[in-house]
Amino acid sequence: MSASVAVTELMDYDEVVQRFDPVLGLEVHVELSTNTKMFCGCENAFGGEPNTKVCPVCLGLPGSLPVVNGKAVESAIRIGLALNCDIAEWCRFARKNYFYPDMPKNFQTSQYDEPIAVNGWLDVVLDDGEVVRVEIERAHMEEDTGKSLHVGGSTGRIHGAEHSLLDYNRAGVPLIEIVTKPIVGTGARAPEVARAYVTALRDLLRALGVSDVRMDQGSLRCDANVSLMAKGAAEFGTRTETKNVNSLRSVERAVRYEMTRQAAVLANGGRVVQETRHFDESTGSTSSGRTKETAEDYRYFPEPDLVPVAPSREWVEELRATLPELPWERLKRIQTEWQLTDPELRDLVNAGAVELVAETVAAGAGPAEARSWWVSYLTQQANTRGVDLADLPITPVQLARVIALVAEGSLTNKLAREVVDGVLAGEGEPDQVVEARGLKVVSDDSALLAAVDEALAAQPDIAEKIRSGKVAAAGAIVGAVMKATKGQADAKRVRELVLSRCTG
Amino acid sequence: MSQTSSPEPANTDLTRLAAAELAELVHSRQVSAVEVTQAHLDRIAEVDPAVHAFLHTDAENALATARQVDQDLAAGQAPASPLAGVPVAVKDVLTTEGTPTTCGSRMLEGWLPPYDSTVVRRLRAAGLVILGKTNMDEFAMGSSTENSAFGPTRNPWDLDRIPGGSGGGSSAALAAFEAPLAIGTDTGGSIRQPGAVTGTVGVKPTYGGVSRYGLVAFSSSLDQAGPCARTVLDAALLHEVIGGHDPLDSTSIDQPVPPVVAAVREGATGDLRGVRVGVVTQLSGEGYQPGVLRSFHAAVDTLRELGAEVVEVSCPSFQYALSAYYLIAPSECSSNLARFDAMRYGLRVGDDGNRSAEEVMSLTREAGFGPEVKRRIMLGTYALSSGYYDAYYGSAQKVRTLIKRDFDAAFENVDVLVSPTTPTTAFRLGERVNDPMAMYLADLCTIPANLAGNAALSVPSGLSDEDGLPVGLQVMAPVMQDHRMYRVAAAYEVARNAAEGGPQIQRVPQADWSAHNRAQSEVAV
Repeated sequence: MSASVAVTELMDYDEVVQRFDPVLGLEVHVELSTNTKMFCGCENAFGGEPNTKVCPVCLGLPGSLPVVNGKAVESAIRIGLALNCDIAEWCRFARKNYFYPDMPKNFQTSQYDEPIAVNGWLDVVLDDGEVVRVEIERAHMEEDTGKSLHVGGSTGRIHGAEHSLLDYNRAGVPLIEIVTKPIVGTGARAPEVARAYVTALRDLLRALGVSDVRMDQGSLRCDANVSLMAKGAAEFGTRTETKNVNSLRSVERAVRYEMTRQAAVLANGGRVVQETRHFDESTGSTSSGRTKETAEDYRYFPEPDLVPVAPSREWVEELRATLPELPWERLKRIQTEWQLTDPELRDLVNAGAVELVAETVAAGAGPAEARSWWVSYLTQQANTRGVDLADLPITPVQLARVIALVAEGSLTNKLAREVVDGVLAGEGEPDQVVEARGLKVVSDDSALLAAVDEALAAQPDIAEKIRSGKVAAAGAIVGAVMKATKGQADAKRVRELVLSRCTG
Repeated sequence: MSQTSSPEPANTDLTRLAAAELAELVHSRQVSAVEVTQAHLDRIAEVDPAVHAFLHTDAENALATARQVDQDLAAGQAPASPLAGVPVAVKDVLTTEGTPTTCGSRMLEGWLPPYDSTVVRRLRAAGLVILGKTNMDEFAMGSSTENSAFGPTRNPWDLDRIPGGSGGGSSAALAAFEAPLAIGTDTGGSIRQPGAVTGTVGVKPTYGGVSRYGLVAFSSSLDQAGPCARTVLDAALLHEVIGGHDPLDSTSIDQPVPPVVAAVREGATGDLRGVRVGVVTQLSGEGYQPGVLRSFHAAVDTLRELGAEVVEVSCPSFQYALSAYYLIAPSECSSNLARFDAMRYGLRVGDDGNRSAEEVMSLTREAGFGPEVKRRIMLGTYALSSGYYDAYYGSAQKVRTLIKRDFDAAFENVDVLVSPTTPTTAFRLGERVNDPMAMYLADLCTIPANLAGNAALSVPSGLSDEDGLPVGLQVMAPVMQDHRMYRVAAAYEVARNAAEGGPQIQRVPQADWSAHNRAQSEVAV
């Protein structure tokens, strides 16, 4: 009906949102950047020689026992607080039982019905400034699994592989899973909301300093649950869970794709199969994961090897009081400090330039100049090159130097752009570019006077007008001088010289 | 030196001495630790083919440890502990770095753990000499050691009878004088029931009193390692070596070890005045072997004569203990034993290059687990299944709470509780192997303490008059009040020894064990 059909039918997106209401549920897994793993003292770091960051505990050897990493609990509480959650006074771990070779104990030690944080929310700002409040159901602690490398076969997945290699370096890495309540009522904007939510969450986690939040390395992973219901219906439709969504852009694409796919299935009188689907970055489509012959029964029960986690209220309040400035608080402060209008702030955010501007300001530049450079000229350059703004080969410190050169009159705006181009082209620091390209403003009055005299001599009629008091005519002479000096003169100074020549 | 005034004929034999006596001889350098160790290794070589208490012995390492103890003493160093230089046998469920740890299962045959359990680490640090690893029911599931994949252990009192289980190997090693000390683990009675039926002392400390790190889990919330010995004092000395907080075990209690050795010395004065003893109504009566009950009543009389105030105590929820246990323990075991999947260590069956990982897991578990283990995995899997969880696992946890309350209420009025350790004396090999329910009843009296987590021990209380086999008296104490039961048990032991002219264990029949070879005995099963 759906998954088995060779060519998947999709409905036009506009039609989808006319006929259906999407419901989203987002599950984000965050690998904490604690020094050690969740339940043992092994180093918690990405990569490394396979099976070198392991011990009896994270290998699940017979007789080994877990001990909860207190730092991970602290991170979980801080995340919960930042997401406006209630922090449990008492919570436990459970065992989620299922067999899989990359899971050393064949159960995952995870919180289940007693999570550490519940009932929160995160305000998400869309590109046009609209604010959507995403309700958080819970944030809970768990451990990561190892990694399987399936060798042979075409898909790189277990099916059809010749053999599989197991790396347990990641086994036992602390994870926080953050689960939203169903996100309803976002209509056509559902895919954008999904992306904006994950973006906001990423920024929040980064501000908290609890995770590397690298989607490309898997330290931030998103599973997107999507279902559709007919317009006006009260009951949710059957959902699918799409995994392997490894970038912010993919979050948006995956949701959009599932909406168009499910709509086509429903419109053809079919039923959406409740299943796990796999997102393919290259095609932007999802495909059916393993088919489940039977419903998974994880046989959860409280983990008897661990004692309950009971964070004292004093500790929780201490953590609340020492939370860093959160992204939205920071934006509010920045808006006041830099005197931005709402649209200006939005443009800044949408350009992904907040951090860059802040760093440029920190390096001594004025906020207005810094913002102008990043949001306009450099954004154009990034678009032209097809890279993220932050990946342009110019640093905030370098840009601040350019701005300083303009402020002190050594560069005109036009020259400044050339300097920036030089830095982007890899020609070195701004001062080196100025030197190498000979871009310094001509500030030697004698050289400028020669050029002024030449221009006045070349256009005697205009010179006469100026002398007779028509000061506005000076612009033509200034333009000629600027042209003659290839823009390397300070126009203001040139004008002063022109006027003094004609009146003196 | 000896606790008895009448000289035993075998007292020249080092294997006949208590651990405390051996330690004194070694520390005063009258006898070397090497001599003591060699004597026990010789004894093992002589009798273990018939008893089969050991799954592995490690003479080389044992002698090396003994030699080190002797050298340290010769160099004038103080003994590492009161038991330095004394041999000990370790149940094969505790990991020992570099030496096999099978848990009595084919599944782990040939596995060499890369780490020591905390108990073993503490034994080594205290200078004890580890002789080897003792036999047990597979993964500690059973009450007779008949579920060992490597053949049963036999009861030294009667080689056609079971030595109890799951820790039958540890208790039989003591009763056969193969070791003066042993470590057991007790999930539903696996230390106390073997202690009772072999006429030895078996202690299940308070849950959390001894680290479980390196104890291959059967049922995590119930498992507890503890000391096995031939005297109460020896058990207490060993208890203080292995007990105490361990940061590697989150369920380990962060408090000092209860003062059990001091309690034994206090009890040995034979004065129990001021001690209130509760007889649990629900743990006697119908279904109990008459000789066991007579022995128990005599024991209670003795306690009264020693000055204890004896009262009847009712613990109504105990009647549900066995049912709750057989839901909780299998549930946890179904999860704990999931890791035996052929992927990382131990047995691997059917890996012919064509089969999937899932098929290899399945074939390995089919081949590697015995019938009792499979039965419990299936029971537990069922009990935890969605839709059944509340009715089974959930209800069992509620029963557990009720049992705890019964204990709490009882301990408001008494200092210790007593009962027979087991309803019957040792049964014959093969007698209950096809009747799991009958087998499960062997743990009827011991299970409540596991479910509640409090301390309990079994101390020899004579021989049943109808079959001449050992009977055990169970003494139970509140959480972290282990010293109370040691005091009572020590007083009782002194009284019995005085009445009988010496320790009962010295009267183990001296069969010609070397003649009773294994091949013959296995036919009888």
